[in-house]
Amino acid sequence: MAFFEYFRRRPKSASLAKDRLSVIVARERVGTRPGPDYLPRLQQELLAVLAKYETIDLQQVSVTLDRTGDCDVLELNVFLPSKESPDVVARSH
Amino acid sequence: MSKVVVVTSGKGGVGKTTTTANIAAGIAQKGHKTVAIDFDVGLRNLDLVLGCERRVVYDFVNVIKGEAKLNLALIRDKRVENLYVLPASQTRDKDALDPEGVGKVIEDLKKLGFEYIICDSPAGIEKGAQMAMYFADEAIVVANPEVSSVRDSDRVLGLLAAKTSRAEIGGTPIKSQLLLTRYSPAMVKKGEMLSVSDVLDLLGIPLLGVIPESKAVLQSSNKGTPAILDEITDVAQAYLDVVYRFLGEEREHRFIEESKRGILRRLFG
Repeated sequence: MAFFEYFRRRPKSASLAKDRLSVIVARERVGTRPGPDYLPRLQQELLAVLAKYETIDLQQVSVTLDRTGDCDVLELNVFLPSKESPDVVARSH
Repeated sequence: MSKVVVVTSGKGGVGKTTTTANIAAGIAQKGHKTVAIDFDVGLRNLDLVLGCERRVVYDFVNVIKGEAKLNLALIRDKRVENLYVLPASQTRDKDALDPEGVGKVIEDLKKLGFEYIICDSPAGIEKGAQMAMYFADEAIVVANPEVSSVRDSDRVLGLLAAKTSRAEIGGTPIKSQLLLTRYSPAMVKKGEMLSVSDVLDLLGIPLLGVIPESKAVLQSSNKGTPAILDEITDVAQAYLDVVYRFLGEEREHRFIEESKRGILRRLFG
């Protein structure tokens, strides 16, 4: 009902704008802006550790840094070859 | 020592040319030999905003192609000593600019003793915009407190970090600062407009200044006189602060909060 709608608090449009922008800006920054310069090294070292236990291909390991709100998310994806379980996904915040 | 500054934004219509005109005029007024270069080949407008459109004979592309000498293409402002304009070509296309040609003109301007070389970028992120930023030492990223402008500014910051001479050489990165224009403190207060701190959070670069939304901007472009020369208005004051900050002086940020209006101004304003 319009009468009750009037009293319901709605999020202000500026905060909607900010939320939408934080998502889109973070997504579009990936790859276009130089991230922390340790990422390639981290990727190499992680690979070295994983290689002790599994046969893996460098192309099958990806390390990305994403920003969600105030929180940076480091995402590590490792695809293990020719096993029943296709992949292992580790996430750390 | 010369400094090359690019005024850029990605999105069109946010106030790059207005900002170039005002900042160049302001810096020149402070006694520094300054040139404003219009990089918007095919859509030149800096000449119009600075009121020298009828004095354009040769342009930037003529100089690059060797068809005119640089000092013949430079237009000296009649009001502000030390202020010069290098207009864009109205007839060529944006491919007329190439890094060698642009680099040579910038070197020659440095040799002529210009302390500040202000490059007014075209909208977009294509060749023209990339040429305008390529040789920059500093960038002024102009944005409106509005979603598409902020998103585009972020894209431009990516380009500044990757596709410029400084990025390619691997030297000190370009110093980029934000200029937030068309700001309305009243709307921000009501939660209807992104605030300065919202935009700063999103873009993550230092704030050079805030220019309030004002009729004075249109009035000054109507006249062809940069607002900064008309010191009474808020816009003029805001740009003047920006010029001081740009030249390294501390100035408190103004026009971020809604100004208190007296009872008389409320009634008759």
